[in-house]
Amino acid sequence: MKPRDRSLPAPAGIMPCDGQQGDCSHCGPLFPERFPILTRRLGGRPLVYLDNGATTQKPEAVIAAEARYYRENNANVHRGMHTLASEATDLYEDCRAHVARFLGLGRSGRVVITRGTTSALNLVARGLAHKLRPGDEILVTGMEHHANLVPWIRVAKNEGLVLRHIPVTDGGLLDLARLGDLLGDRTRVVALTHVSNVLGTINPVAKIAAEAHRRGALVVVDAAQSVGHLPVSLDELGADLLAFSAHKAYGPMGLGFLAGKLDVLEELDPLESGGEMIETVTMEDATWAEVPHRFEAGTPNVGAAAAFPHALDLMDEITLERLRTHEISVTGYAWDRLSSLGGLTLYGPADPSHRGGLISFHDPAVHAHDMAQLLDARGVAVRAGHHCAQPLHKRLGVVATTRASFAMYNSHDDIDALVDAITYARSIFAS
Amino acid sequence: MNAGMDDLYREVILDHHRCPRCREPLAHVDAQAAGKNPSCGDEVTLELAFEGDRITKVSVRTSGCAIATASGSILGELVPGRTEAEASRLAEAFRQIMHSDDGELADELDPGDLEVLTGVRNFPVRVKCALLPWITLLEAVAAHREGRPGGESTTEV
Repeated sequence: MKPRDRSLPAPAGIMPCDGQQGDCSHCGPLFPERFPILTRRLGGRPLVYLDNGATTQKPEAVIAAEARYYRENNANVHRGMHTLASEATDLYEDCRAHVARFLGLGRSGRVVITRGTTSALNLVARGLAHKLRPGDEILVTGMEHHANLVPWIRVAKNEGLVLRHIPVTDGGLLDLARLGDLLGDRTRVVALTHVSNVLGTINPVAKIAAEAHRRGALVVVDAAQSVGHLPVSLDELGADLLAFSAHKAYGPMGLGFLAGKLDVLEELDPLESGGEMIETVTMEDATWAEVPHRFEAGTPNVGAAAAFPHALDLMDEITLERLRTHEISVTGYAWDRLSSLGGLTLYGPADPSHRGGLISFHDPAVHAHDMAQLLDARGVAVRAGHHCAQPLHKRLGVVATTRASFAMYNSHDDIDALVDAITYARSIFAS
Repeated sequence: MNAGMDDLYREVILDHHRCPRCREPLAHVDAQAAGKNPSCGDEVTLELAFEGDRITKVSVRTSGCAIATASGSILGELVPGRTEAEASRLAEAFRQIMHSDDGELADELDPGDLEVLTGVRNFPVRVKCALLPWITLLEAVAAHREGRPGGESTTEV
């Protein structure tokens, strides 16, 4: 398969990324030939997909596995005595085991399969509500995606809780100097994002988790922007519960995970009830199945679960270390090139080793929506808007930003295309 | 520029975006309304002054993308001098045409630069940007007719 527009010979010096930091002066893409969508052309130009923070593209192995499941194995899980039901159940449970291994879960860890990060975080917030008393405190951060903010706002309102947040510094970091004041004896939960979906900041989760645990609070981590981009280990982060989506890590949509410690998961009230999540039911009462099944009422997305291990296998094949090195190289190159354009405000830490693979920027002369539209006309797909982080944008003093976010198949060439497209957009608006 | 972008970012639109008309707040306000599209953050503040049922002055201050800003500017150019009913008719006709695949604004509406803005309907996600000032106008006119202080409007549903 021919990756993107490679009809021209590669200029001298353009090498596939070998993942060796320092040798990445002009990184080519990693495994672009595995992603069929990258052969698409838009308006005669090759697709330059830089909206990976919203969702990554899917490798052929994932697409084929989901199709294969529906062609060969489709049946409902955990019920039925027939062969297909058994195969479907095996595929579904194999996904759970793969994820547990990928996150380095030990014997006391469990993985709940959800629809995505949002449903996992809603399960946590609402599942913990019964444990919380009026006046108890929840600590979040000023850089949360709405998915890790709005569920806490709702629970706080319903239960009379106090919702506090760690503020964001002008440099786009969490203001840890405030942590001591914000963590109190009544802090029950600290919920924070691992990597900001706007700033790119990698938060010092382990450090914050240690403080939180000292106060007896639970630590909930939104890992939507980190899994698939950097090594994520529940234990190393010190997380009690951790949520992420398959589709932002080269997997299918409609599938996510809540990983956590068994004793913490056992404290959660199930959000949904019905079939699949019970042990016994009478006309008057019901008892819950074991964790994690008690949180998986109804028929899950088995096709997606059958496919996701192939995305994890791809990352294992590359290794997360090499993937991370590649993204640091692409992000660093993007930061330098965007900075040298002049007039753009770039958000978050400048050092690419302190940030995930994304950069949000603001151009005072071109509104983010106009920017994204004009970039699209050049085949460059980015996201524009508040990225489901309105409070953070208020803190930044802008309504909307444009975000370029990267994945394994992005290269320095893609960044050059981005910069050319921004120059084009600016030329339209130049008076 | 490729053909698509030609439709969207016509020179007339860019000119209105660069130099929006009628941004000055009015000394005397008979009706007002605020329009907002929360998902993109576009905001329009609209003020009207009347003599009888005729709109004499308009102030339209848009904070948003080029399409919303240009649409507000065109509104500021077209609406003064029209009666309440004529202005509403133009706004309704524009709304209707932006939600249809073809047709154009009737000449008798004297649509001016608004005709150019109808090209935005080829970009469905941007239609709400073009409509926001006009929906806000309809709200201000309705408020005036009903003797209300004016309300809020949105083109997002």
